[in-house]
Amino acid sequence: MGILEVQNVNKRFGGLQALNNVNLDVAEGSVHALIGPNGAGKSTFLNCLIGKLKPDTGSVQFDGQPVLGKKPHEINQLGVARVFQTPEIFMDLTVFENVMIPCFAHRDGAFKINAFARVLRDKEIRQKAEDILEDMGMKEKMAAQSGSLSRGDKRRLEIAMCLVQEPKLLLLDEPTAGMARADTNNTIDLLNHIGETRKITKVIIEHDMHVVFSLATTISVLAQGAIIAEGLPEEIKGHPKVREAYLGEAEV
Amino acid sequence: MTLMRDRTLLIIFTLFVLAAPLIFAPTGAAYPDLLQRFAIYGIFAIGFNILFGLTGYLSFGHAAFLGVGSYSAVWMFKLLSMNILPALLLSVVMAGIFALLIGYISLRRSGIYFSILTLALAQMSYVLAYSVLTPLTNGETGLQLRLDDPRILDAAGPEGFLPSTNLFGLEMKEVFWNPTVFGYDLQFNWGYYVSAVMLILSFWISIRIFRSPFGLMLRAIKTNQTRLNYTGVNSRPYTLAAFVISGMFAGLAGGLLASMDPLAGAERMQWTVGGEVVLMVVLGGMGTLIGPVLGAIFIKYFENIFSKINEVVLQGWFSFLPDWLSNFLVTIVSPFVGRGWGLTLGALFMIVVIFLPGGLVDGARRIMRKITGADRRAAKARNE
Repeated sequence: MGILEVQNVNKRFGGLQALNNVNLDVAEGSVHALIGPNGAGKSTFLNCLIGKLKPDTGSVQFDGQPVLGKKPHEINQLGVARVFQTPEIFMDLTVFENVMIPCFAHRDGAFKINAFARVLRDKEIRQKAEDILEDMGMKEKMAAQSGSLSRGDKRRLEIAMCLVQEPKLLLLDEPTAGMARADTNNTIDLLNHIGETRKITKVIIEHDMHVVFSLATTISVLAQGAIIAEGLPEEIKGHPKVREAYLGEAEV
Repeated sequence: MTLMRDRTLLIIFTLFVLAAPLIFAPTGAAYPDLLQRFAIYGIFAIGFNILFGLTGYLSFGHAAFLGVGSYSAVWMFKLLSMNILPALLLSVVMAGIFALLIGYISLRRSGIYFSILTLALAQMSYVLAYSVLTPLTNGETGLQLRLDDPRILDAAGPEGFLPSTNLFGLEMKEVFWNPTVFGYDLQFNWGYYVSAVMLILSFWISIRIFRSPFGLMLRAIKTNQTRLNYTGVNSRPYTLAAFVISGMFAGLAGGLLASMDPLAGAERMQWTVGGEVVLMVVLGGMGTLIGPVLGAIFIKYFENIFSKINEVVLQGWFSFLPDWLSNFLVTIVSPFVGRGWGLTLGALFMIVVIFLPGGLVDGARRIMRKITGADRRAAKARNE
């Protein structure tokens, strides 16, 4: 029994079969990477998981509960946090405020009118927000406007915003896309650091093989909308079907 | 630190509002009627800023709630009592219900579609008030008090006189103190002070909302709604709550307008009124605490003072110059004053939007920084 179970998911856009009977079983505590060449259906699959798209058939169960048809905020309240390809943060707000918002959402739920409480008097929330920034090494940037941060720091902040909610599952959509090698390595170190201190299941959608093999405990390979192989990293490395699917992509 | 600064701001604001009849005396704006309007439109703008300034949802329909507030208040004067308290209460409640209805429909969309929906719904309310709802609104004539109104609580008034609105006996139009200070004839009026207390209360509520977790969520909606949804927050009820709150402020403002002058007409619901409050908030500084009030004062001042300057007044101003020059100046300036005050306002509005996107508050901040040299100090700190 995995924490995330995907069964027979199909999705068709007009004449294109974007997802073809996809099955996925993510074990609790694992770092499960989903790889595949461009256009393999990785993003479609992710969007089906988080409620942005509704698959034509199939079921997705998270922690024993069906999630299909639920809205993004409902899925988050179940314990799924998401990191986007380009960091989605509150650019106009300070780093501190950025981290406090998910704290409030985690404690108070999807909606609460607390118009006469004071943000700055909420010791519990402040403490939590400060702790996570300390842990992520961003405490000295607390008062900065988050839009002015560097790309790497924006990513770091986004991850902090997810972690402060203590999610059961963290979805990462190409967390290092468009990053320089140094930033990529920083992100890998950060994710490994998270893995050491917190037991969070992670699903990583990734293109960069260097990232995948540095992080993943299990790898599934998606090609033309179907899972063609699944296994431990060393098994996948030598898999003939995978080599075929990636033919011409030098990194494997 | 923020809490301290807010308290100081509230104290300064309170003193400023209470001393307004004295402060505005040199500007020629210190007569009760205009001061009341400053305060009432200040409330309207403060409420609008909670929706527009915090969430970024631009509504063109808030005039409808102002109108609903006025009609409710006048009905209360006709049926129950000339005391303004029950009237204001009904104004706020009715406007809140109306806002819930209109907000529920319009907030199904965002951006320009939301704005258009609010505009359409408000115009529909305006047309309804003019035509179908005539039994309730008295159509084009407007809703007025009559001698034969039932007025359950205080029907026994002197024969032949319309009773005046009051707060437990304090009459709104009464000038209770009329001293002469520095040659200025000051008028302290109950109506203004009732509006002023409401304005201070509104300002305090607005500060609390700005600093609350609720306010933080509203600001988050403005910056990145996608992230907020994926953070587990349902943004729809937040925007609806902000819409209803701002609608209730508009209702309070409408009720106060009717309390100062007990009649209500459909023209108060017209979209130009809803557009004016947008101008006030943008001009003063959207998303700032004090900005909306400054914007409201600015625009109402222009509307009432600038519009009264005519050629004769101008000739008086320029009379010290040689005739040809004075005539020339009068010709140049006169299209921009008097009935043309809107031209000046429009030009000023453009200047503010282009050069001071943060509004008057932004301008004041820049000047302060120039004076104190904070800019230079910050730059120095960065270099070190």
